[in-house]
Amino acid sequence: MKRFFSLIGRDLTLAVRQGSAVTLGLSFFVIVIILFPLGVGPELAVLARIGPGVLWVAALLACLLTLDRMFQADYEDGSLDLLMIGPLPLEILVLAKVIAHWLTSVLPLIVIAPILALSLNLPGEGISALVVSLLIGTPTLSLIGSVGAALTMAMRRGGVLLSLLVLPLYIPVLIFGVAAVEAAVAQLSVTPHLLLLGGVSLGALVVGPLAAAAALRLSLS
Amino acid sequence: MAIDLHRYANPKRFLAITAAIYPWSVWLTAILLLSGLYLSLFVAPPDYQQGDTVRIMFVHVPAAWMALMIYTMMAISSAVGLIWKHPVADLSAKAAAPIGACFTFLALVTGSLWGQPMWGTFWVWDARLTSMLILLFLYLGYMAIWESFDDPAKAAKAAAILALVGVINIPIIRFSVDWWNTLHQPASVATMAGPKIHSSILIPLLVMGLAYTAFFVMVLIIRVKAEILKRRLRVLQIAELRES
Repeated sequence: MKRFFSLIGRDLTLAVRQGSAVTLGLSFFVIVIILFPLGVGPELAVLARIGPGVLWVAALLACLLTLDRMFQADYEDGSLDLLMIGPLPLEILVLAKVIAHWLTSVLPLIVIAPILALSLNLPGEGISALVVSLLIGTPTLSLIGSVGAALTMAMRRGGVLLSLLVLPLYIPVLIFGVAAVEAAVAQLSVTPHLLLLGGVSLGALVVGPLAAAAALRLSLS
Repeated sequence: MAIDLHRYANPKRFLAITAAIYPWSVWLTAILLLSGLYLSLFVAPPDYQQGDTVRIMFVHVPAAWMALMIYTMMAISSAVGLIWKHPVADLSAKAAAPIGACFTFLALVTGSLWGQPMWGTFWVWDARLTSMLILLFLYLGYMAIWESFDDPAKAAKAAAILALVGVINIPIIRFSVDWWNTLHQPASVATMAGPKIHSSILIPLLVMGLAYTAFFVMVLIIRVKAEILKRRLRVLQIAELRES
């Protein structure tokens, strides 16, 4: 357990000292959302209508942007080999990496999302539902993403392939996440969508580390 | 069971068995496809509302069945390849992927051609349509990952992992029309209460389904054989390079 947390702590320290990973993902998220009012036009009714979808899609893309570095940096400087020789099971190691990725690349997006939602004229109930749905749904993005990141780790241009592999699997999360926000805006019950999102997340928690660990063993064999 | 699997994992024996099946699959495809097309295009009655447009369904529905079935088959042979390390299982999954992608594409195209006169639009973002489109991208991703490894053994494993993660989407596609009540009509053939459509339509549909299956077996045999021969050629070329 101590090793698990020290691995997360190491990744967080690295992210904080480098800084660029957090800010890059965050500025990408903000810029993508700024593009929409410019592209669609500033009518508040239209923005409120497309707001939930835009925010979720932007979060999904911003998460994808940082995904390819999940294992690649450690792979390139050789520390992944050392970690794999170490006593921590590979599945747990993947889980630690996923948690670190979620904390550094996804959590900042969720923190800033309410402000962006306000700027898109989303009503108050919608904003709280958006934050809750993001909190429940986005761990799936990191978990499924870890499989793609592990598969494409050793490739020279893995990033493009990574998006082709991972995005189709993200679609259920997107559907239920947006449905939760839209239900809240329409004053309907949010719970079923959140429960479905939670179910997807728990399923990914089981499948993701196992599959990613298998892919890592393959890439390093 | 396990012993049986090992018997068929030998590429040489596999080639011998498929060589025996192959002529049958060709004839079966020809007969079933011709009779199925005749039954569905001439014998089956036109719908009282849709007219002759309903005949698109005889091409569309079996293609969608095949799209799901081929992915399931790919996932099963990927699992077999991953667990028992059978080279033929990996190769058959690889060979099946483009065929499955073509059937998915066929289902999407015929569906949209039918949707234009019936729903008044070529495309709606309905649960079934969207999930079929996802399936197409799953197939494309699977094919792309085979291409992006130099070592075929590594590529086989990576693709198998991807296929097994992607198989989670199959039940979602299968039951999407029952879970989300959107534009696409719910399942009417393979339901718990038995088929809900009249035999004049059901029989051509089933014949077409069998014809597609026979066609799939035929193309799959050709493609797996080509893959095995390609491997052999590679081995021979490497041996030749070593000698010189």
